[in-house]
Amino acid sequence: MGEAGIAILPLAPSARFSLRLAAAVVEIGEAGGFWLDIPINTCHVAGERMTVRLGPNEWLLFGPQADAIRHDVAATLGDRFFSLVDVGDRDLAFAVAGIHARDVINGGCPLDLDDIVFPAGSASRTLLGKAQIVLIRPGAERLYRIECGRSFALYVRAYLENIAHEFLRSPGSGILA
Amino acid sequence: MQSNRLPIGGRVDRSRRLRFRFNGTVIHGFAGDTVASALLANGVSLVGRSFKYHRPRGILCHGSEEPNALLQVDRGPGRVDPNNRATITEVTEGLTVASQNHWPSLEHDIGAINDWLSPIFTAGFYYKTFMWPRALWDKVYEPLIRAAAGLGVAPKEADADRYAQRYAHCDVLIVGAGPAGLAAALAASTSGQRVILADEQAEFGGTLLHDTGSMIQGMQAAGWLVGTVAALADCRNVRLLPRTTAFGYYNHNHVALLERVTDHLADPASGLPRERLWQVRAKQVVLATGAHERPLAFADNDRPGIMLAESIRAFINRYAVVPGHRIVFATSGASAYRAAADARAAGVEVVVVDVRPVAACGPELALLRAEGVEVLTGHTVLGSTGRKRVRGLIVAPVDADGRIGIRRKLTCDAVGLSGGWTPAVHLFSQSRGKLTFDTAIDAYRPGRSVQAERSAGAANGSYELTTCLAEGWEAGLRATGRDGARSFRVSPATPTGFVAVRVLPGEGNGRAFIDFQNDVTAKDIRLAVREGFESVEHIKRYTTTGMATDQGKTSNMTALGLLSETLSRPVAQVGTTTFRPPYTPVSFGALTGAARGALFEPVRKAPLHDWAAARGAVFEPVDRWLRARYFPRPGEDMRAAVSRECRAVRSSVGILDASTLGKIEVVGPDAAEFLNRLYINGWTKLAPGRCRYGVMPKEDGYIFDDGVVARLAAERFHVTTTTGGAARVLDHMEEYLQTEWPNLKVFLTSTTEQWAVIALQGPKARQVITPLVDGIDMSAAVFPHMAVRTGRICGVPTRLFRVSFTGELGYEINLPASQAALVWDAVYAGGEPYGIEPYGTEAMHVLRAERGFIIVGQETDGTVAPDDVGLSGMIADAKPDFVGKRSLARPDLMAAGRKQLVGLLTEVPGVVLDEGAQVVENPGQPALGHVTSAYWSDACGRSIALALVAGGRARHGQVLHVTTQAGFTAVRVTEPVFFDAGAERVHG
Repeated sequence: MGEAGIAILPLAPSARFSLRLAAAVVEIGEAGGFWLDIPINTCHVAGERMTVRLGPNEWLLFGPQADAIRHDVAATLGDRFFSLVDVGDRDLAFAVAGIHARDVINGGCPLDLDDIVFPAGSASRTLLGKAQIVLIRPGAERLYRIECGRSFALYVRAYLENIAHEFLRSPGSGILA
Repeated sequence: MQSNRLPIGGRVDRSRRLRFRFNGTVIHGFAGDTVASALLANGVSLVGRSFKYHRPRGILCHGSEEPNALLQVDRGPGRVDPNNRATITEVTEGLTVASQNHWPSLEHDIGAINDWLSPIFTAGFYYKTFMWPRALWDKVYEPLIRAAAGLGVAPKEADADRYAQRYAHCDVLIVGAGPAGLAAALAASTSGQRVILADEQAEFGGTLLHDTGSMIQGMQAAGWLVGTVAALADCRNVRLLPRTTAFGYYNHNHVALLERVTDHLADPASGLPRERLWQVRAKQVVLATGAHERPLAFADNDRPGIMLAESIRAFINRYAVVPGHRIVFATSGASAYRAAADARAAGVEVVVVDVRPVAACGPELALLRAEGVEVLTGHTVLGSTGRKRVRGLIVAPVDADGRIGIRRKLTCDAVGLSGGWTPAVHLFSQSRGKLTFDTAIDAYRPGRSVQAERSAGAANGSYELTTCLAEGWEAGLRATGRDGARSFRVSPATPTGFVAVRVLPGEGNGRAFIDFQNDVTAKDIRLAVREGFESVEHIKRYTTTGMATDQGKTSNMTALGLLSETLSRPVAQVGTTTFRPPYTPVSFGALTGAARGALFEPVRKAPLHDWAAARGAVFEPVDRWLRARYFPRPGEDMRAAVSRECRAVRSSVGILDASTLGKIEVVGPDAAEFLNRLYINGWTKLAPGRCRYGVMPKEDGYIFDDGVVARLAAERFHVTTTTGGAARVLDHMEEYLQTEWPNLKVFLTSTTEQWAVIALQGPKARQVITPLVDGIDMSAAVFPHMAVRTGRICGVPTRLFRVSFTGELGYEINLPASQAALVWDAVYAGGEPYGIEPYGTEAMHVLRAERGFIIVGQETDGTVAPDDVGLSGMIADAKPDFVGKRSLARPDLMAAGRKQLVGLLTEVPGVVLDEGAQVVENPGQPALGHVTSAYWSDACGRSIALALVAGGRARHGQVLHVTTQAGFTAVRVTEPVFFDAGAERVHG
C-alpha cells in the first residue's frame, strides 16, 4: 500500500461511540483502554482501540466490540456525568492511502495536511466537498481514515473517486470495492 | 511555408511541427508557439473585428493583456470556448480556432458599416438613442442591443471536460516567475519553508524568455534562467506551477489560482482535468506580476500590424517570428530602442519615431544611431494607412509648442508602439492595498500593504533588470522572515525612462483608440467630460473604457491620464477605478469543479432506498434526502396508488421507511429540564418508557419544529425531529446549551443516521410484529400508545416505539441502520398474509391530514404559533419559562382573528383544492388565508383540505370560496379532523 499512487478503500464496520464527558479528563487519563487525556484534534491507538478527541469534551471511540467498549468505559467512568452513545451505524469509513492521498483529500478538504501541520496522530472534523467528515491520520504512513455520515458515503466516495481519476495511472492505484 | 519565421533562434521546437486551423485554413507552427506567434509566422495579421465598429484588428500584445485577438477555440464536441486570447492559447496539433465578432466572414464583415456610422456611435450612444419611446425598449431596442453586443458565442453543449480543485497551504506564494519572482523564489527556497511559484505563461522566465541581450552574473539571461529553474525544481519545498494565473486575492492571504492542465496537450492522458482551481492560503505573498506596456494614441492606431514594441521584440526573440519586414517603432520612451535593435539584428528594416526631443532622450539614442538605425526624434504620428493591414505611418516633426511640421509617410508593414509601462497592480489592489500615484513613472504603484504581502520588480514600478532581481531577492528573504540584500551583476543596463503622452499631437481628425477591446477613443473620453462626467468610475461606465475581458490592462493608465488632462486635475486626484477579480477570465468549469451532475450536492438515500427502488417507487426530494413518495403498480396513477396504500393502512397494515426523521440523544441529569426550556410541553413528569409529541417554538413564539420525544431512562431521551429540521434543531439546542445554560448537565448527540426507522401502521400491525419481537410484552395493556420499549426484533436490538402519524395502531421500529434491510424483509414477509403494502410520503401525508396532524413547513411557515394550529393545550403553563414563552404573550399573538387551522370541504366532493390557493369570503374580497394541504381521501370518499384562515375557528360551518386555476370554488369550513374524530383507532 505504501507505494501505491492512490488507493481508496471502504473500511469494514467498526463499533463507534460518541463520548461526551465534562469531568476534568486529566484526572481520569484512560478509560477502558481509551486514552482521553490527549490533545484536541489528535488520536491515540492502543491495540484494537482508537480514541479520537474532537473537542474539549468530545471523543470518538473505536474498537471491535460495542458491548465490551460500553462496559469498559462505563466501569471506569462510574457515576461521573458523561454521555456514551452508540454511533456504530451512524458513520461509515474509508481509507485513502498512497503517495497522492493528500492531493486527493485536498481536492475537497481545505485543511493543511503537511506532515508538520497534520502529523501522525492528527484528527479533525472538517469538510470534503459539501459533506462533513472526520479526518484521522492514525500513523506516519500516508494513510488517512475518513469518517462520514452513512447517507453521505456514496457522495464522499464518488467525490474521492472523481478527484483520484488523474492519479489512477500511478502504479498500484485503485479504487477497491 | 512560414513566411515570417526566422531560420534560426527562438524557443520553439522546430523538430515538432504542428498544424491547426484558423477560420478553416491550415496554419503551420512549431511546438512552443502560441496561436498568435504561429499566425504572425504565417503572415496572418487580421485576426478579428472590433466590438463596436467592427474594425479590422490584429494582435497587439504577446501576453494575457491582449485586447483584440480573441478567438473561438474548438477542441471537439463539448469543448468549444469563446474569447480565448490568441497570445496565450498554445498551438496543439489539430486545434481549430476561429475569429469572432464578424458576419459573414472576417474579411468581409457587414458590421463594418458601423465604422462609417461612427460619428453617431459616441460615448453613451445607447443611453441617448434608446431612451424614447419607452414602449420600444422591451421589444426592439433591448433585443437588438443584446444581439449586437457580446463577444463570441456562448457554447450550448454541456462541457465535456473535467475540472479539479485543490486546496493548498504554503509559507510563501510568489506570483509571477519573471526575474523578480525567480529571484524571490531562490531566496525563499533556502529557508526550507514551503514555497509556491506560479506563473501564467507556459514557461517560467517572464521577460527573460525574450531577453537575448542581457547578461546576469556573467551568464546569458537564458542560461541563468535554465540554471535557476532547475535549482528551484530540485527544491523539495518549492512547488512550481506554470500555466497558472493568480486571479483573485481575498482576505487572509487567500489567493485563487487557475492552472491550465491540458489545453496545451493535443492528446491529454485520460483522467487529467482540463483546469485546476487552486485555493491557496499563504502566510506571505510576493507579487512579481510585472508591468504592461501602453500603446500610443493617434488616429487609426488600431490597424492590424500595429503592435506593442516589446511584443514585437518577444515575437522575434522568443518565437523567431518577425511580424513585419519594415517596422516603424513609435515611442515616447527608451525601452522601444531595445526592441528596435533586436528587430534590426533579426534582419528587419527599422525606423524609430520618438516623440521626445533629443534632449529628453537617454543614451539609448546614440547607441541605436551608432548601429545605423534612422531615429526621428521630436516627431509625432498623425495617422496610419492601410486597411486590413498597416501600410504606412504618417509622421511629422512637432516642436515644444505643439506646432506640427511637414508630414512624411513611412512605408511599413508593422508598427511597434511604446507609450511607457504600467505596473500590474491588480492583485495588490484586490488585496485592499493602497495605490499611490508616482509621477516619476506616470503610474500607480503599490503603496501601503494591508495583508502580509510585498511587491517586487516591475509590479513595484522598478523596470531595471538588476533592480528587479535585487528587489525580488529581498522580498523572498523578507517573506521568510529574514533580512538581507543581494546585488545581481547585469549588463547592459536596462534602458528606461519615458515621457508620458496621452494622445500624440495631431490634427484632431480620425479616431485615436484608447481601449481597443471596447472601441473607446480619446474623443469619447473628452466628450464624457464635456457632458459633465468627472468621476473616474462614472466615466468608466459611461464610455465603457477598461471594461470587458481584458479589463483595460493596456488602456487604463492612458484613459486616466487623458481624463486628468481634460479635467486639468492631477492624476492622483482623478484616482483610479477599482481592480476586481478575476485578473483574467476564469471558466465556469473551474469554479464549479466536481460539483456537477451527481456530485452537485450530496443526495442522501435512506437505508431502505434500494428496496423501494426495486419495488418501482417514485421518489421525491425532502431536504437532501430522497424519499419514496408512492409505489405505483402497473397502470396506476399517483392517486390510485396512494389510495390503495392508504386503504391498506386503514384496513390492515402498511409499512414505511421513516428513517430520515432527525434523531438526537439527549443525556444527562438535567435532560428533562433542558427539554422543558426548549419545548412548549412539560417533560418532568414523562415517565421512562413513555413518549410525548413535542412542539418547539423559537424565540418569536412561532413553531420551529415538532416530533415525538421518548424517555428511555430518567436521564436519557430519544428526541425525534422533522426530516428537514434535524440539523437546525441540533444547532438550536447546542446554541442554547453552550451559550445560555452551560450549567445544565446535558450532552447532545446526533443519532439520525444510527437508527433506521420502519413505521408499521394499521389495525394488523401488532399481529405482524409480535412474533418477531423478543423481550417486549406487546399486549395493549402493558405496551400502550405513546410508549417505548427496548428489546430485540429478529434478533436485532431495537427501540420499539408505539406511536402513530396515521391515526392507526402502529409502531416505529428503530434499529441500527446496518440491520434495516434484514428486519424490513422479515416484517414485510410477516405482513404478507395480511396484505401488507409499502406506502410512501404521499400516503403518509394523506393519512395524517385525515386526522388533522400538522406538518411543520406545510401547515406552518415561520409565522404560525401553537395556538394557531390548535396546540395551545400542550403548553405547560406551570413551567416558569421556555424559549418563546414571552413572545406567546404578545398582543399580536393573542389577538382574535389570527389565521387559524381549519378543515375545508369542497361543496363538490370530487374537487381537490390546490395547495397554496387563496381563501376568500366572496370572490373579489381580500384573502382570509390559504390552503396548506389538500388531498383526495380514500377513507372519506371525497377531497379534504387543511387551511389557515383568519378567525377560522369561529367560522366553522361557513361557506367560503377558494381560488382555482379557473376561478373560484365554494368550500365549507369544518374542524380540521376528517376521520376517527374520537381518536380511538390508535388504541386498538
